[in-house]
Amino acid sequence: MIQALRRFFVTAGYLEVETPVRIPAPAPETHIDAPPAGDWFLQASPELCMKRLLAAGYGKIFQIAKCYRAGERGDRHLPEFTMLEWYRPASDYRDLMTECEVLLPFVLQALGRDAALVYRGERIDLTAPWERLSVAEAFRRFTPLTPEDALRKACFDERMALDIEPRLGRERPTFLYDYPAACAALARRKGADPALAERFELYIAGLELANAFSELTDVAEQRRRFEMARTERERLGKVGYPSAEPFLKALGAMPSAAGIALGVDRLAMLLADADRIDDVVAFVPEDL
Amino acid sequence: MYTASDLRKGLRIKIDNDPYVVTEFNFVKPGKGQALYRCRLRNMINGSQFERTFRSVDTFESADLQEKKMQYLYQEEDKYCFMDNESYEQVFLTREQVGDAVNYLIDNIEAQVLFFEDRALGLSVPNFVDLVVTQADPWAKGDSVTGNQKPVTLQTGYQILVPTFIEEGEKIRVDTRTGEYLTRVKG
Repeated sequence: MIQALRRFFVTAGYLEVETPVRIPAPAPETHIDAPPAGDWFLQASPELCMKRLLAAGYGKIFQIAKCYRAGERGDRHLPEFTMLEWYRPASDYRDLMTECEVLLPFVLQALGRDAALVYRGERIDLTAPWERLSVAEAFRRFTPLTPEDALRKACFDERMALDIEPRLGRERPTFLYDYPAACAALARRKGADPALAERFELYIAGLELANAFSELTDVAEQRRRFEMARTERERLGKVGYPSAEPFLKALGAMPSAAGIALGVDRLAMLLADADRIDDVVAFVPEDL
Repeated sequence: MYTASDLRKGLRIKIDNDPYVVTEFNFVKPGKGQALYRCRLRNMINGSQFERTFRSVDTFESADLQEKKMQYLYQEEDKYCFMDNESYEQVFLTREQVGDAVNYLIDNIEAQVLFFEDRALGLSVPNFVDLVVTQADPWAKGDSVTGNQKPVTLQTGYQILVPTFIEEGEKIRVDTRTGEYLTRVKG
């Protein structure tokens, strides 16, 4: 599977890159905790370093990297997992949707499999186009609230995790797109509606597989959003991070681009028809 | 004090002054959102079950359960009376709370009574209990498809399968964890 992923990106003209796993200043996200490692941190994602490479003019880049998230352990979560992350300049999140529609069938074909996945007894057709569902429409369809109401009542995550996510990607994959700007710390706002951010999540059989943005390149706006996330982390009593100054400095030179992170272990779950992430790794923390 | 990240199967927590045990547990986290802890909880007093989703900021008191060695005294309707041999304090357990242990309640047997604060919740009896066979039919070969076993009644009213050579008035040892016959006890 990993070889097929690499082949896809190399053939499509991407450069494979490697960035440090241990970093001094993770992106401050309210609900993602990078585990401390010495006086630095293990990366929760390779995002900031990869964007610095974009700013340095590297063009289309991809990376398959170990990522770390403190306290995340469940049937679909491991505190150490493998992420496939890629960036394409001069593109937006819609281009990434199209690319996903090509990537997954490519991987299935490379593995000698049908164009449909069978996961937990359910058949999911991967032929393009996949379903595109806005966050607002998903709330309308599956909850009695609007996303704005849910945010105001501080139950956005509950409605998402309990009422919406399990229903997505059931017959074909679903792109859930256009999140409230408050839910997308590093995404660009939509030109036509600045209350929304150009972000999507890809779901297959209720499983969240990938998260993508049209990347924010406005330095002042990015600094402001980092500050907001930092304040929120402080309020929740979470570990504070130093400011990612070299990243913010480089961001000004970053071309307009779209970026996406895909959970490789989750993809393996789908391909192996595995109910638990434990079944697709050799060791889970409890074994060590 | 526990936080939501301590939640796991088997953890006992206190909610609204009742002790609950976590019977199912899963961690869910919508993309970039906050962690949610989905639990199925069983009330350790009345057995009722429900599902609840907690957030990482939620905290819980632990449900402090204690076991006390007590002696079984008598049954009164569907209440079973036990006494602490040191303090002579007596408590009553319902038939439901006694559960399967009712099959082994012979007079003066010592059992572990489970307490939550000052409320008695349940009971565990020793792993092995010796009981007298009070009723056993004489056995004729070929009477049953069970082959070398036959049903008998013990002094507590418990019906159990034993080897065919066991006779009325004999004492047998029962494994209370499985409810099965273990061996014949001499004397």
